[in-house]
Amino acid sequence: MTVHQLSVFIENKSGALVRVLKLLKKENIQLIASTVADTVDYGICRIICSEPEKAYNVLREAGVTVSLCEVFAIELDDTPGKAADAIEIFANEGISISYLYSFLLKGKGILLFRTDNAEMAAEIIVSNGLNAIEEKDISRLL
Amino acid sequence: MSYQKFFNPEESYSRSEIEALQLERLQATVKHCMDSPFYKERFRKAGLSPSDIRTLDDLKKIPFTTKQDLRDTYPFGLASVPLDKCVRLHSSSGTTGNPTVILHTQKDLDAWANAVARCLWMVGCRPEDVFQNSSGYGMFTGGLGFQYGAEKVGMLTVPAAAGNTLRQIKFFTDFGTTVVHAIPSYASRLYEVMCEKGIDPRRDTKLRTLVIGAEPHSEDTRKRIENMLGVKAYNSFGMSEMCGPGVAFECPEQNGMHIWEDYYIVEIVDPDTLEPVPDGEVGELVLTTLRREAMPLLRYRTRDLTRILPGECPCGRHHIRLDRMKGRSDDMIILKGVNIFPIQIETILMQFEELASDYLITLETVDGNDDMTVDVEMKDLFIDDYGKLQTLNREITRQLRDEILITPKVRFVPKNTLPKSEGKAVRVVDTRKKY
Repeated sequence: MTVHQLSVFIENKSGALVRVLKLLKKENIQLIASTVADTVDYGICRIICSEPEKAYNVLREAGVTVSLCEVFAIELDDTPGKAADAIEIFANEGISISYLYSFLLKGKGILLFRTDNAEMAAEIIVSNGLNAIEEKDISRLL
Repeated sequence: MSYQKFFNPEESYSRSEIEALQLERLQATVKHCMDSPFYKERFRKAGLSPSDIRTLDDLKKIPFTTKQDLRDTYPFGLASVPLDKCVRLHSSSGTTGNPTVILHTQKDLDAWANAVARCLWMVGCRPEDVFQNSSGYGMFTGGLGFQYGAEKVGMLTVPAAAGNTLRQIKFFTDFGTTVVHAIPSYASRLYEVMCEKGIDPRRDTKLRTLVIGAEPHSEDTRKRIENMLGVKAYNSFGMSEMCGPGVAFECPEQNGMHIWEDYYIVEIVDPDTLEPVPDGEVGELVLTTLRREAMPLLRYRTRDLTRILPGECPCGRHHIRLDRMKGRSDDMIILKGVNIFPIQIETILMQFEELASDYLITLETVDGNDDMTVDVEMKDLFIDDYGKLQTLNREITRQLRDEILITPKVRFVPKNTLPKSEGKAVRVVDTRKKY
Protein backbone atom coordinates (compact mmCIF):
# COMPACT_ATOMS: atom_id res chain seq x y z
CA MET A 1 0.00 0.00 0.00
CA THR A 2 3.06 2.20 0.26
CA VAL A 3 5.99 2.81 -2.04
CA HIS A 4 9.48 4.11 -1.39
CA GLN A 5 10.02 7.78 -1.95
CA LEU A 6 13.30 9.64 -1.88
CA SER A 7 13.11 13.02 -0.22
CA VAL A 8 16.04 15.16 -1.20
CA PHE A 9 16.87 18.37 0.57
CA ILE A 10 18.28 20.81 -1.96
CA GLU A 11 19.57 24.30 -1.86
CA ASN A 12 17.60 26.89 -3.72
CA LYS A 13 20.27 27.64 -6.27
CA SER A 14 20.93 26.73 -9.84
CA GLY A 15 22.62 23.41 -10.40
CA ALA A 16 21.47 21.85 -7.13
CA LEU A 17 18.64 19.84 -8.67
CA VAL A 18 20.53 18.83 -11.76
CA ARG A 19 23.35 17.48 -9.62
CA VAL A 20 20.93 15.08 -7.93
CA LEU A 21 19.33 14.00 -11.18
CA LYS A 22 22.69 13.43 -12.85
CA LEU A 23 23.79 11.16 -10.03
CA LEU A 24 20.73 9.01 -10.68
CA LYS A 25 21.24 9.14 -14.42
CA LYS A 26 24.79 7.88 -14.03
CA GLU A 27 23.45 4.80 -12.24
CA ASN A 28 20.76 4.28 -14.85
CA ILE A 29 18.00 4.84 -12.34
CA GLN A 30 14.70 5.76 -13.91
CA LEU A 31 12.46 8.49 -12.53
CA ILE A 32 8.80 7.51 -12.37
CA ALA A 33 7.37 10.57 -10.71
CA SER A 34 8.83 13.59 -9.03
CA THR A 35 7.84 16.87 -7.56
CA VAL A 36 9.82 19.81 -6.28
CA ALA A 37 8.42 22.21 -3.74
CA ASP A 38 10.36 25.23 -2.73
CA THR A 39 10.63 27.81 -0.01
CA VAL A 40 12.78 30.93 -0.15
CA ASP A 41 15.86 29.09 1.09
CA TYR A 42 15.55 25.47 0.15
CA GLY A 43 13.51 22.92 -1.68
CA ILE A 44 12.47 19.35 -1.16
CA CYS A 45 12.53 17.14 -4.21
CA ARG A 46 10.41 14.02 -3.88
CA ILE A 47 11.17 11.18 -6.21
CA ILE A 48 9.62 7.83 -7.04
CA CYS A 49 12.10 5.82 -9.08
CA SER A 50 13.26 2.40 -10.06
CA GLU A 51 15.61 0.84 -7.46
CA PRO A 52 14.93 3.39 -4.70
CA GLU A 53 17.30 1.75 -2.20
CA LYS A 54 20.17 1.86 -4.64
CA ALA A 55 19.28 5.46 -5.48
CA TYR A 56 19.29 6.32 -1.77
CA ASN A 57 22.76 4.85 -1.31
CA VAL A 58 24.11 6.57 -4.40
CA LEU A 59 22.89 9.96 -3.20
CA ARG A 60 24.04 9.41 0.36
CA GLU A 61 27.52 8.44 -0.69
CA ALA A 62 27.69 11.54 -2.86
CA GLY A 63 26.98 13.58 0.27
CA VAL A 64 23.43 14.56 -0.68
CA THR A 65 21.01 15.20 2.19
CA VAL A 66 18.40 12.58 1.51
CA SER A 67 15.95 10.34 3.31
CA LEU A 68 14.09 7.28 2.16
CA CYS A 69 10.50 7.16 3.32
CA GLU A 70 7.16 5.54 2.55
CA VAL A 71 4.24 7.24 0.88
CA PHE A 72 0.80 5.87 0.14
CA ALA A 73 0.11 5.00 -3.47
CA ILE A 74 -3.31 4.24 -4.87
CA GLU A 75 -4.41 3.53 -8.39
CA LEU A 76 -7.52 5.18 -9.85
CA ASP A 77 -9.45 4.77 -13.07
CA ASP A 78 -8.58 7.53 -15.49
CA THR A 79 -12.00 9.21 -15.43
CA PRO A 80 -13.00 12.64 -14.15
CA GLY A 81 -13.75 12.94 -10.42
CA LYS A 82 -11.97 9.81 -9.24
CA ALA A 83 -9.32 11.75 -7.32
CA ALA A 84 -11.99 13.88 -5.66
CA ASP A 85 -13.90 10.76 -4.57
CA ALA A 86 -10.80 9.15 -3.12
CA ILE A 87 -9.60 12.16 -1.19
CA GLU A 88 -13.08 12.89 0.11
CA ILE A 89 -13.00 9.59 1.94
CA PHE A 90 -9.95 10.74 3.91
CA ALA A 91 -11.42 14.17 4.52
CA ASN A 92 -14.59 12.61 5.92
CA GLU A 93 -12.51 10.65 8.40
CA GLY A 94 -10.71 13.82 9.49
CA ILE A 95 -7.37 12.88 8.00
CA SER A 96 -5.24 15.63 6.49
CA ILE A 97 -3.13 15.13 3.42
CA SER A 98 0.33 16.62 4.06
CA TYR A 99 1.23 16.54 0.40
CA LEU A 100 0.04 14.81 -2.73
CA TYR A 101 1.13 14.41 -6.29
CA SER A 102 -0.11 12.27 -9.14
CA PHE A 103 0.85 10.90 -12.47
CA LEU A 104 -0.67 8.87 -15.27
CA LEU A 105 0.75 5.53 -16.19
CA LYS A 106 -0.64 3.24 -18.89
CA GLY A 107 -4.12 4.67 -18.63
CA LYS A 108 -4.22 4.61 -14.85
CA GLY A 109 -4.03 7.53 -12.51
CA ILE A 110 -1.64 7.06 -9.58
CA LEU A 111 -2.01 9.20 -6.47
CA LEU A 112 0.97 9.49 -4.14
CA PHE A 113 0.45 11.12 -0.76
CA ARG A 114 1.38 11.37 2.86
CA THR A 115 -1.12 11.96 5.65
CA ASP A 116 -0.87 13.12 9.22
CA ASN A 117 -2.03 9.69 10.45
CA ALA A 118 -0.52 6.78 8.57
CA GLU A 119 -2.18 4.06 10.63
CA MET A 120 -5.70 5.34 10.12
CA ALA A 121 -5.07 6.11 6.48
CA ALA A 122 -4.01 2.50 5.95
CA GLU A 123 -7.24 1.25 7.54
CA ILE A 124 -9.31 3.54 5.35
CA ILE A 125 -7.61 2.31 2.21
CA VAL A 126 -8.42 -1.28 3.16
CA SER A 127 -11.99 -0.71 4.40
CA ASN A 128 -12.92 1.35 1.33
CA GLY A 129 -11.38 -1.10 -1.08
CA LEU A 130 -9.10 1.47 -2.64
CA ASN A 131 -6.69 -0.02 -5.12
CA ALA A 132 -3.39 0.29 -3.27
CA ILE A 133 -0.07 -0.12 -5.02
CA GLU A 134 2.94 -1.87 -3.54
CA GLU A 135 6.60 -1.24 -4.17
CA LYS A 136 6.84 -4.34 -6.35
CA ASP A 137 3.97 -3.07 -8.54
CA ILE A 138 6.00 -0.02 -9.45
CA SER A 139 8.55 -1.93 -11.48
CA ARG A 140 5.73 -3.97 -13.00
CA LEU A 141 4.06 -0.78 -14.16
CA LEU A 142 7.20 0.40 -15.93
CA MET B 1 50.16 -3.61 34.30
CA SER B 2 50.09 -1.14 37.15
CA TYR B 3 51.54 2.34 36.85
CA GLN B 4 52.05 5.35 39.07
CA LYS B 5 49.16 7.80 39.16
CA PHE B 6 51.13 10.95 38.36
CA PHE B 7 53.50 11.41 35.48
CA ASN B 8 55.48 14.08 37.37
CA PRO B 9 55.72 14.68 41.13
CA GLU B 10 54.84 18.37 40.54
CA GLU B 11 51.30 17.29 39.65
CA SER B 12 50.49 16.48 43.27
CA TYR B 13 52.16 19.54 44.80
CA SER B 14 50.18 21.43 47.42
CA ARG B 15 49.33 25.09 46.81
CA SER B 16 52.25 26.28 48.91
CA GLU B 17 54.65 23.98 47.10
CA ILE B 18 53.35 25.20 43.74
CA GLU B 19 53.67 28.83 44.75
CA ALA B 20 57.17 28.44 46.14
CA LEU B 21 58.27 26.83 42.87
CA GLN B 22 56.50 29.55 40.88
CA LEU B 23 58.32 32.35 42.69
CA GLU B 24 61.67 30.66 42.21
CA ARG B 25 61.01 30.14 38.51
CA LEU B 26 59.49 33.59 37.99
CA GLN B 27 62.58 35.26 39.39
CA ALA B 28 64.82 33.13 37.19
CA THR B 29 62.62 33.83 34.15
CA VAL B 30 62.64 37.59 34.69
CA LYS B 31 66.43 37.55 35.05
CA HIS B 32 66.70 35.49 31.87
CA CYS B 33 64.39 37.91 30.01
CA MET B 34 67.02 40.60 30.40
CA ASP B 35 68.93 38.74 27.68
CA SER B 36 66.14 39.76 25.30
CA PRO B 37 66.56 43.31 23.96
CA PHE B 38 62.78 43.66 23.94
CA TYR B 39 62.26 42.91 27.64
CA LYS B 40 65.39 44.78 28.65
CA GLU B 41 63.93 47.91 27.05
CA ARG B 42 60.49 47.25 28.54
CA PHE B 43 61.91 47.02 32.04
CA ARG B 44 64.03 50.10 31.55
CA LYS B 45 61.00 52.10 30.38
CA ALA B 46 58.91 50.87 33.31
CA GLY B 47 61.71 51.69 35.73
CA LEU B 48 61.81 48.06 36.82
CA SER B 49 64.67 45.79 37.62
CA PRO B 50 64.53 41.99 38.04
CA SER B 51 65.36 42.42 41.73
CA ASP B 52 62.02 44.23 42.18
CA ILE B 53 60.23 40.90 41.77
CA ARG B 54 60.32 39.61 45.34
CA THR B 55 56.89 38.01 45.62
CA LEU B 56 54.42 36.49 43.17
CA ASP B 57 52.30 39.59 43.63
CA ASP B 58 55.14 41.71 42.23
CA LEU B 59 54.37 40.15 38.86
CA LYS B 60 51.69 42.83 38.50
CA LYS B 61 54.41 45.47 38.18
CA ILE B 62 55.50 43.98 34.88
CA PRO B 63 53.85 45.36 31.71
CA PHE B 64 51.74 43.00 29.61
CA THR B 65 53.10 41.36 26.47
CA THR B 66 50.69 41.25 23.52
CA LYS B 67 50.36 39.50 20.21
CA GLN B 68 51.21 42.83 18.64
CA ASP B 69 54.56 42.72 20.44
CA LEU B 70 55.22 39.35 18.81
CA ARG B 71 54.38 40.84 15.43
CA ASP B 72 56.42 43.97 15.96
CA THR B 73 59.49 41.96 16.88
CA TYR B 74 59.03 39.46 14.05
CA PRO B 75 60.87 37.25 13.49
CA PHE B 76 63.48 36.89 16.26
CA GLY B 77 63.22 40.06 18.36
CA LEU B 78 61.82 38.32 21.45
CA ALA B 79 64.48 35.63 21.67
CA SER B 80 66.32 35.46 24.98
CA VAL B 81 69.01 33.11 23.66
CA PRO B 82 71.25 33.31 20.59
CA LEU B 83 69.65 31.78 17.53
CA ASP B 84 72.25 29.02 17.37
CA LYS B 85 70.88 27.62 20.65
CA CYS B 86 67.43 27.28 19.06
CA VAL B 87 66.43 24.03 17.38
CA ARG B 88 62.81 24.61 16.31
CA LEU B 89 60.63 27.40 15.04
CA HIS B 90 56.85 27.44 14.83
CA SER B 91 55.01 30.24 13.12
CA SER B 92 51.35 31.09 13.28
CA SER B 93 49.50 32.33 10.26
CA GLY B 94 49.36 36.05 9.94
CA THR B 95 45.84 36.82 8.85
CA THR B 96 46.35 40.41 9.91
CA GLY B 97 49.82 41.84 9.56
CA ASN B 98 53.00 39.92 10.33
CA PRO B 99 52.84 36.31 11.38
CA THR B 100 54.30 35.41 14.77
CA VAL B 101 57.29 33.22 15.45
CA ILE B 102 57.94 31.04 18.46
CA LEU B 103 61.44 29.68 18.99
CA HIS B 104 62.42 26.61 20.97
CA THR B 105 65.66 25.27 22.40
CA GLN B 106 66.05 21.53 22.93
CA LYS B 107 65.26 22.11 26.60
CA ASP B 108 62.01 23.85 25.59
CA LEU B 109 61.01 20.95 23.38
CA ASP B 110 61.74 18.45 26.15
CA ALA B 111 59.68 20.46 28.64
CA TRP B 112 56.86 20.74 26.10
CA ALA B 113 56.84 17.01 25.39
CA ASN B 114 56.78 16.38 29.13
CA ALA B 115 53.77 18.66 29.58
CA VAL B 116 51.83 16.93 26.80
CA ALA B 117 52.81 13.51 28.15
CA ARG B 118 51.59 14.56 31.60
CA CYS B 119 48.22 15.52 30.10
CA LEU B 120 47.84 12.26 28.21
CA TRP B 121 48.93 10.19 31.20
CA MET B 122 46.37 12.01 33.33
CA VAL B 123 43.51 10.70 31.16
CA GLY B 124 44.79 7.15 31.24
CA CYS B 125 47.07 6.92 28.20
CA ARG B 126 49.71 4.25 28.81
CA PRO B 127 52.54 2.69 26.78
CA GLU B 128 50.27 -0.11 25.53
CA ASP B 129 47.98 2.42 23.84
CA VAL B 130 48.06 3.24 20.13
CA PHE B 131 47.82 7.00 19.60
CA GLN B 132 46.66 8.31 16.26
CA ASN B 133 47.30 11.99 15.76
CA SER B 134 44.69 13.14 13.24
CA SER B 135 45.71 16.74 13.57
CA GLY B 136 47.47 18.97 11.10
CA TYR B 137 51.26 18.77 11.23
CA GLY B 138 53.68 21.32 9.87
CA MET B 139 53.43 24.69 11.55
CA PHE B 140 50.27 23.68 13.43
CA THR B 141 51.59 22.80 16.88
CA GLY B 142 48.93 20.15 17.51
CA GLY B 143 50.86 17.85 15.18
CA LEU B 144 54.40 17.74 16.53
CA GLY B 145 53.28 18.72 20.02
CA PHE B 146 51.17 15.61 20.48
CA GLN B 147 53.61 13.48 18.51
CA TYR B 148 56.47 14.06 20.99
CA GLY B 149 54.15 13.98 24.00
CA ALA B 150 52.58 10.66 22.99
CA GLU B 151 56.00 9.18 22.29
CA LYS B 152 57.19 10.40 25.68
CA VAL B 153 54.35 8.42 27.29
CA GLY B 154 55.65 5.45 25.33
CA MET B 155 52.62 4.95 23.11
CA LEU B 156 52.85 3.64 19.59
CA THR B 157 52.22 6.93 17.82
CA VAL B 158 50.74 7.21 14.35
CA PRO B 159 51.33 10.62 12.70
CA ALA B 160 48.24 10.24 10.53
CA ALA B 161 47.86 14.02 10.15
CA ALA B 162 44.56 15.61 9.14
CA GLY B 163 42.43 14.63 6.19
CA ASN B 164 42.21 11.50 4.04
CA THR B 165 39.37 10.27 6.17
CA LEU B 166 39.11 6.81 4.65
CA ARG B 167 42.75 6.16 5.43
CA GLN B 168 42.26 7.42 8.99
CA ILE B 169 39.49 4.89 9.48
CA LYS B 170 41.57 2.11 7.97
CA PHE B 171 44.32 2.95 10.47
CA PHE B 172 41.81 2.73 13.33
CA THR B 173 40.85 -0.79 12.37
CA ASP B 174 44.26 -2.03 11.16
CA PHE B 175 46.45 -0.62 13.92
CA GLY B 176 43.99 -0.96 16.80
CA THR B 177 44.07 2.75 17.58
CA THR B 178 42.86 3.41 21.13
CA VAL B 179 43.47 7.16 21.44
CA VAL B 180 42.81 9.80 18.81
CA HIS B 181 43.61 13.48 18.77
CA ALA B 182 41.42 15.50 16.41
CA ILE B 183 39.65 18.82 16.36
CA PRO B 184 35.94 18.43 17.25
CA SER B 185 34.58 19.12 13.76
CA TYR B 186 36.89 16.49 12.32
CA ALA B 187 35.87 13.96 14.97
CA SER B 188 32.27 14.38 13.76
CA ARG B 189 33.40 13.95 10.20
CA LEU B 190 35.24 10.73 11.05
CA TYR B 191 32.05 9.36 12.52
CA GLU B 192 29.96 10.34 9.49
CA VAL B 193 32.32 8.56 7.15
CA MET B 194 32.44 5.49 9.38
CA CYS B 195 28.66 5.33 9.19
CA GLU B 196 28.71 5.65 5.44
CA LYS B 197 31.18 2.77 5.25
CA GLY B 198 29.16 0.62 7.64
CA ILE B 199 31.78 0.78 10.38
CA ASP B 200 30.51 0.82 13.94
CA PRO B 201 33.15 2.53 16.10
CA ARG B 202 32.12 0.51 19.16
CA ARG B 203 32.14 -2.85 17.41
CA ASP B 204 34.85 -2.42 14.81
CA THR B 205 37.47 -0.26 16.54
CA LYS B 206 39.25 -0.12 19.90
CA LEU B 207 38.80 3.64 20.21
CA ARG B 208 38.52 4.58 23.86
CA THR B 209 39.86 8.08 24.30
CA LEU B 210 39.56 11.20 22.21
CA VAL B 211 41.56 14.35 22.72
CA ILE B 212 39.80 17.41 21.37
CA GLY B 213 40.96 20.98 21.29
CA ALA B 214 41.83 23.90 19.06
CA GLU B 215 38.19 24.68 18.21
CA PRO B 216 35.90 26.09 20.86
CA HIS B 217 33.15 23.60 21.51
CA SER B 218 30.27 23.25 23.88
CA GLU B 219 29.60 20.55 26.46
CA ASP B 220 26.80 19.24 24.22
CA THR B 221 29.22 18.89 21.33
CA ARG B 222 31.53 16.88 23.54
CA LYS B 223 28.69 14.61 24.69
CA ARG B 224 27.51 14.18 21.14
CA ILE B 225 30.98 13.16 19.96
CA GLU B 226 31.41 10.82 22.92
CA ASN B 227 28.12 9.10 22.14
CA MET B 228 28.87 8.82 18.45
CA LEU B 229 32.29 7.26 18.82
CA GLY B 230 31.82 5.46 22.12
CA VAL B 231 34.77 7.25 23.71
CA LYS B 232 35.64 9.59 26.54
CA ALA B 233 36.58 12.95 25.07
CA TYR B 234 38.95 15.25 26.93
CA ASN B 235 39.32 18.92 26.27
CA SER B 236 42.81 20.14 25.53
CA PHE B 237 43.97 23.73 25.65
CA GLY B 238 47.09 25.18 24.18
CA MET B 239 48.38 27.89 21.92
CA SER B 240 51.46 28.26 19.82
CA GLU B 241 52.71 31.20 21.91
CA MET B 242 52.89 28.78 24.86
CA CYS B 243 54.50 26.03 22.74
CA GLY B 244 51.19 24.53 21.66
CA PRO B 245 49.13 21.79 23.32
CA GLY B 246 49.90 20.76 26.87
CA VAL B 247 49.09 24.06 28.59
CA ALA B 248 45.88 22.87 30.23
CA PHE B 249 43.98 19.61 30.02
CA GLU B 250 40.98 17.94 31.56
CA CYS B 251 41.49 15.25 34.14
CA PRO B 252 39.18 12.20 34.32
CA GLU B 253 36.63 14.33 36.19
CA GLN B 254 35.97 16.19 32.91
CA ASN B 255 35.20 19.31 34.85
CA GLY B 256 37.62 22.05 33.90
CA MET B 257 41.16 21.89 32.58
CA HIS B 258 44.09 21.81 34.98
CA ILE B 259 46.62 24.35 33.90
CA TRP B 260 50.15 23.36 34.83
CA GLU B 261 51.20 26.00 37.30
CA ASP B 262 54.77 24.77 37.47
CA TYR B 263 54.91 25.90 33.82
CA TYR B 264 52.74 29.02 33.91
CA ILE B 265 51.49 31.72 36.21
CA VAL B 266 47.82 32.36 35.52
CA GLU B 267 46.01 35.67 35.74
CA ILE B 268 42.48 36.48 34.60
CA VAL B 269 41.97 40.14 33.77
CA ASP B 270 39.22 42.34 32.45
CA PRO B 271 40.17 42.84 28.78
CA ASP B 272 39.17 46.52 28.91
CA THR B 273 40.56 47.69 32.24
CA LEU B 274 43.32 45.02 32.49
CA GLU B 275 42.52 44.76 36.19
CA PRO B 276 42.15 41.30 37.75
CA VAL B 277 38.56 40.07 37.70
CA PRO B 278 36.98 38.80 40.93
CA ASP B 279 37.55 35.09 41.62
CA GLY B 280 35.51 32.81 39.38
CA GLU B 281 34.53 35.50 36.88
CA VAL B 282 35.19 35.43 33.17
CA GLY B 283 38.05 37.47 31.79
CA GLU B 284 41.04 37.29 29.53
CA LEU B 285 43.61 34.64 30.32
CA VAL B 286 47.09 36.09 30.90
CA LEU B 287 50.04 33.71 31.15
CA THR B 288 53.63 34.04 32.25
CA THR B 289 55.91 31.22 31.15
CA LEU B 290 58.12 29.67 33.83
CA ARG B 291 60.01 27.03 31.88
CA ARG B 292 60.82 28.67 28.58
CA GLU B 293 64.40 29.19 27.54
CA ALA B 294 64.32 30.48 23.96
CA MET B 295 61.40 32.86 24.26
CA PRO B 296 60.02 33.42 27.74
CA LEU B 297 56.87 35.56 27.76
CA LEU B 298 55.84 37.72 30.68
CA ARG B 299 52.17 38.42 31.29
CA TYR B 300 51.18 37.43 27.78
CA ARG B 301 47.62 38.41 26.90
CA THR B 302 46.24 35.27 25.26
CA ARG B 303 42.94 36.90 24.22
CA ASP B 304 41.22 33.69 25.30
CA LEU B 305 38.30 34.28 27.61
CA THR B 306 37.74 31.90 30.48
CA ARG B 307 37.40 31.75 34.23
CA ILE B 308 39.02 29.85 37.05
CA LEU B 309 36.75 27.18 38.46
CA PRO B 310 36.46 27.55 42.20
CA GLY B 311 37.04 24.69 44.62
CA GLU B 312 39.22 21.62 44.82
CA CYS B 313 39.23 18.93 42.17
CA PRO B 314 38.55 15.41 43.47
CA CYS B 315 41.39 14.09 41.30
CA GLY B 316 44.00 15.20 43.82
CA ARG B 317 45.73 17.82 41.71
CA HIS B 318 45.92 21.30 43.15
CA HIS B 319 46.78 23.03 39.88
CA ILE B 320 43.87 25.36 39.18
CA ARG B 321 41.20 24.48 36.66
CA LEU B 322 40.16 26.69 33.76
CA ASP B 323 36.62 26.55 32.51
CA ARG B 324 36.24 25.73 28.83
CA MET B 325 37.18 28.70 26.70
CA LYS B 326 34.29 31.10 26.16
CA GLY B 327 35.84 32.14 22.89
CA ARG B 328 38.57 34.59 22.09
CA SER B 329 38.21 38.25 22.79
CA ASP B 330 38.82 38.72 19.06
CA ASP B 331 36.19 36.07 18.13
CA MET B 332 33.56 38.16 19.79
CA ILE B 333 30.86 39.40 17.45
CA ILE B 334 29.40 42.78 18.19
CA LEU B 335 26.04 43.07 16.49
CA LYS B 336 23.71 45.97 17.17
CA GLY B 337 25.75 46.71 20.27
CA VAL B 338 25.35 43.19 21.68
CA ASN B 339 28.40 41.04 22.43
CA ILE B 340 27.96 37.52 21.08
CA PHE B 341 30.28 34.53 21.03
CA PRO B 342 29.89 31.82 18.41
CA ILE B 343 30.03 29.22 21.18
CA GLN B 344 26.73 30.55 22.57
CA ILE B 345 25.10 29.83 19.24
CA GLU B 346 26.71 26.44 18.97
CA THR B 347 25.48 25.48 22.42
CA ILE B 348 21.90 26.06 21.32
CA LEU B 349 22.24 24.36 17.94
CA MET B 350 23.75 21.20 19.39
CA GLN B 351 20.59 20.59 21.37
CA PHE B 352 18.69 19.87 18.17
CA GLU B 353 19.20 16.32 17.00
CA GLU B 354 17.82 17.18 13.56
CA LEU B 355 20.94 19.25 12.89
CA ALA B 356 24.40 18.07 11.85
CA SER B 357 27.40 19.55 13.62
CA ASP B 358 28.42 22.33 11.25
CA TYR B 359 27.02 25.82 11.20
CA LEU B 360 27.94 29.19 9.75
CA ILE B 361 27.19 32.61 11.14
CA THR B 362 26.99 35.34 8.50
CA LEU B 363 26.87 38.99 9.40
CA GLU B 364 25.81 41.30 6.64
CA THR B 365 24.39 44.71 6.01
CA VAL B 366 20.99 44.54 4.36
CA ASP B 367 19.24 47.84 3.57
CA GLY B 368 21.45 49.61 6.07
CA ASN B 369 20.66 47.11 8.84
CA ASP B 370 23.17 44.68 10.27
CA ASP B 371 21.70 41.19 10.27
CA MET B 372 22.77 37.79 11.38
CA THR B 373 22.03 34.64 9.43
CA VAL B 374 22.79 31.24 10.89
CA ASP B 375 23.10 28.45 8.35
CA VAL B 376 22.62 25.05 9.91
CA GLU B 377 23.25 21.74 8.20
CA MET B 378 20.42 19.24 8.13
CA LYS B 379 21.20 15.67 9.09
CA ASP B 380 20.30 12.89 6.74
CA LEU B 381 17.03 11.88 8.27
CA PHE B 382 15.49 15.26 8.02
CA ILE B 383 11.77 15.76 8.25
CA ASP B 384 9.99 15.65 4.91
CA ASP B 385 7.27 18.01 6.00
CA TYR B 386 7.31 21.77 5.48
CA GLY B 387 5.08 22.45 8.43
CA LYS B 388 7.37 20.59 10.81
CA LEU B 389 10.47 22.15 9.26
CA GLN B 390 8.98 25.58 9.83
CA THR B 391 8.15 24.71 13.42
CA LEU B 392 11.70 23.50 13.92
CA ASN B 393 13.07 26.67 12.37
CA ARG B 394 10.93 28.82 14.62
CA GLU B 395 12.01 26.89 17.70
CA ILE B 396 15.71 27.25 16.87
CA THR B 397 15.24 30.95 16.17
CA ARG B 398 13.40 31.46 19.45
CA GLN B 399 16.07 29.72 21.51
CA LEU B 400 18.84 31.66 19.78
CA ARG B 401 17.05 34.92 20.44
CA ASP B 402 16.69 34.03 24.12
CA GLU B 403 20.44 33.38 24.29
CA ILE B 404 21.91 36.21 22.21
CA LEU B 405 19.08 38.77 22.47
CA ILE B 406 19.03 39.25 18.71
CA THR B 407 16.74 37.45 16.30
CA PRO B 408 18.85 35.77 13.66
CA LYS B 409 17.55 34.35 10.42
CA VAL B 410 17.98 30.59 10.59
CA ARG B 411 18.48 28.86 7.28
CA PHE B 412 18.56 25.12 6.68
CA VAL B 413 21.22 23.93 4.26
CA PRO B 414 22.13 20.45 3.05
CA LYS B 415 24.95 18.69 4.86
CA ASN B 416 28.55 19.12 3.67
CA THR B 417 27.77 22.43 2.02
CA LEU B 418 29.24 24.81 4.56
CA PRO B 419 32.77 26.10 3.91
CA LYS B 420 35.78 24.60 5.61
CA SER B 421 39.31 25.92 5.64
CA GLU B 422 42.12 23.41 6.09
CA GLY B 423 39.69 21.00 7.69
CA LYS B 424 38.78 23.49 10.39
CA ALA B 425 35.21 24.66 10.14
CA VAL B 426 34.66 28.29 9.25
CA ARG B 427 32.18 29.63 11.79
CA VAL B 428 31.82 33.34 11.12
CA VAL B 429 31.73 35.36 7.92
CA ASP B 430 31.42 39.10 8.38
CA THR B 431 30.60 41.14 5.28
CA ARG B 432 29.15 44.12 7.10
CA LYS B 433 29.93 47.54 5.78
CA LYS B 434 32.54 49.14 7.98
CA TYR B 435 32.14 52.84 8.44
